[in-house]
Formats: sequence, C-alpha cells, structure tokens
Amino acid sequence: MSEPRLVEVRRNVLKQNDVIARALRDRFRSAGVFVVSLVSSPGSGKTMFLEKTLSMLQPRYRVAALVGDLATENDALRLARSNAPVRQITTGTVCHLEAAMVEKALQDWNLNELDFLFIENVGNLVCPSSYDLGENLRLVLMSVTEGEDKPLKYPTIFNSADVAVVTKNELSEAVEFNWEAAHQSIQSVRPGMKTFRLSAKTGQGMQEYLEFLGQQLTEQQTVAQK
Amino acid sequence: MHELSIAMGIVDAALDEAKRRNLHVSAVHLRLGALSGVVKDALLFSYEVACQDTALAGSRLIVEDVPVVVFCPHCQQDRALVSVQSFVCPECSTPTMDVRQGKELEVFALEVDD
Repeated sequence: MSEPRLVEVRRNVLKQNDVIARALRDRFRSAGVFVVSLVSSPGSGKTMFLEKTLSMLQPRYRVAALVGDLATENDALRLARSNAPVRQITTGTVCHLEAAMVEKALQDWNLNELDFLFIENVGNLVCPSSYDLGENLRLVLMSVTEGEDKPLKYPTIFNSADVAVVTKNELSEAVEFNWEAAHQSIQSVRPGMKTFRLSAKTGQGMQEYLEFLGQQLTEQQTVAQK
Repeated sequence: MHELSIAMGIVDAALDEAKRRNLHVSAVHLRLGALSGVVKDALLFSYEVACQDTALAGSRLIVEDVPVVVFCPHCQQDRALVSVQSFVCPECSTPTMDVRQGKELEVFALEVDD
C-alpha cells in the first residue's frame, strides 16, 4: 500500500475572526476610544461591576457598553440605569462573543463621541479565550465567593487577560477568602498581571481601578497623536 | 462549548483548500496549541458532526498537540512549559509571559487519496 500523500495548506482556523478584530482595533484607535472587554464566570457580579464602572466614570468621561448574553435583555436594562448608551448582543446558543458580532453591534455608532467602550462577554471562562474582539484591554473578573484557585482551574482565560479584578470584597471575611493564595494563583498562570481587589457594591477599591483606566486612556491617546 | 463552531471553521477551511486544489481528502491534520482554549475530545466529537453532508464526510481529524513554549529571560532560551498552570521556566523557575508557541489552531495539512 502506498503512503498517504500529505498536502501542506497552513490555514489559521480563526483567521476570519482575527481579520475583523484587527479592523476593529484600527477603528478604535483612530476614534480615540479605549475598549475594555470583561470576561468572568456566570454570577461573578459582572453587570453590577460594570454598572458602577459606567456611573463612576461618567462625570469625567463619555462611556458606553455592549453586553453579550445568551438570552434576555435584562443586563442592558440594568446598565441603562447609568444613562450610558448600552446595547445588548443576544447570542442565542453561542457561548461567547466573536469579533463579527461586535462589528455588527457597532455599525451605526459614532465612536468619536466616546472615551471608553466596555464589552461584557457572555459569562463563561472557557470559550471567550479563543476570540480576539479588537479590545485594548481584557479584564478578567472573579469574585471572592468563587475560591482562590479559580485561575488555576481556568488558566487559559486568565493567561489571555491583561488585568484581573477580584470583586465582592465585602464578603471576603464571611467566605474566609485567602487573598495571598488568590494572588499566587493569578501570578502563577499570568506572571506580572496587575490585580485589583474591590467591592462594586460598597465602592471600596473602585477609585484605584478607575484611575488605572484613566491612565490607559491617556496613554492610548498620546500614542495615537504621535 | 464552542468546539462545534471551531470544527465548522476547520471543515470550511479544509473544504476550501480541497476544492481549490481539486483534492479528495481522507484526513485533516490540525495543530492545536495548549493555549488555544479548545478541548481536543470535544473537538474530535464535533468534527464528525461538522463533516456531515459535506465532501469531508467520513474523513478523520488528526490532532497534533502543540505544547506551550516560552522564552526564559534568565536562561535566554526557549523552554517548554511543564504546565499551563505555572508560567515559569522549568530550569530556573523564572516567571515569564513571553509565549513563543502554544496558541496554534491551524489546519496545516490535508491527507489525500490519489
């Protein structure tokens, strides 16, 4: 029997997504908008965190959000209370956002009128890691109720993120959260990752994180002007 | 689980190449990085479903696992990671995020019947 013949093709399976993501990133840069995507497991408090982020940034900055969910527009309705422009992306059965969904949702938006755009991904710590959305910063959120070893259980998504936020800090005593252990697991899967510990509910620790976002925006605008 | 949409992407890419080169494909070879975010078993299962009613029906998916390779700033060398739970050089334990390999999700060859 003859050996099977191999034909080399070399095709990146996610090429289509990457091409759209790159175009989005260019569009964001030329509009001077800083784009943050949020990933976390379901129930970690992403929407509450985003609601606080939007309303606390608003006095100084022009902000907007896209929120991905399998079904319902509840999150968009909740976030609309902040008075920021919010659009829901309902993915149906799809467990993650893809660049094409973001592109479609932003079609009629004038990004020049924004400083920050937040993209809340579907609550899922597995699938979103494969898809670039053109964001400038990927933020992974975990709450103290999820346990210190969450990063070790989902290393790929933590590794793909730029910043970690540990939230629901007001509950850390009740659940005996070990901050040192959590910090170690984050640093193990993503050495050098900047981490914020805060409570979206009480506002404790939010200021430091918001200042960080402000710096990121300034840096991006400085680079864009060069 | 997003492996079905990934599998459909693999089938689309393979079908496109096969059509363009006029090939009858018996197997698709995929390079799958340990940091790709894709689960191999779920992908193998999804591949069969994604092939149904296409020219690839009955073909096999052959997955080559690609380990994560990082550059160690201390040793000044590429090193294979022991575990994706620990981004440190296996020789000197220096933490590193300089990933050189391991994110691949690439159809790299088609096996053809002549």
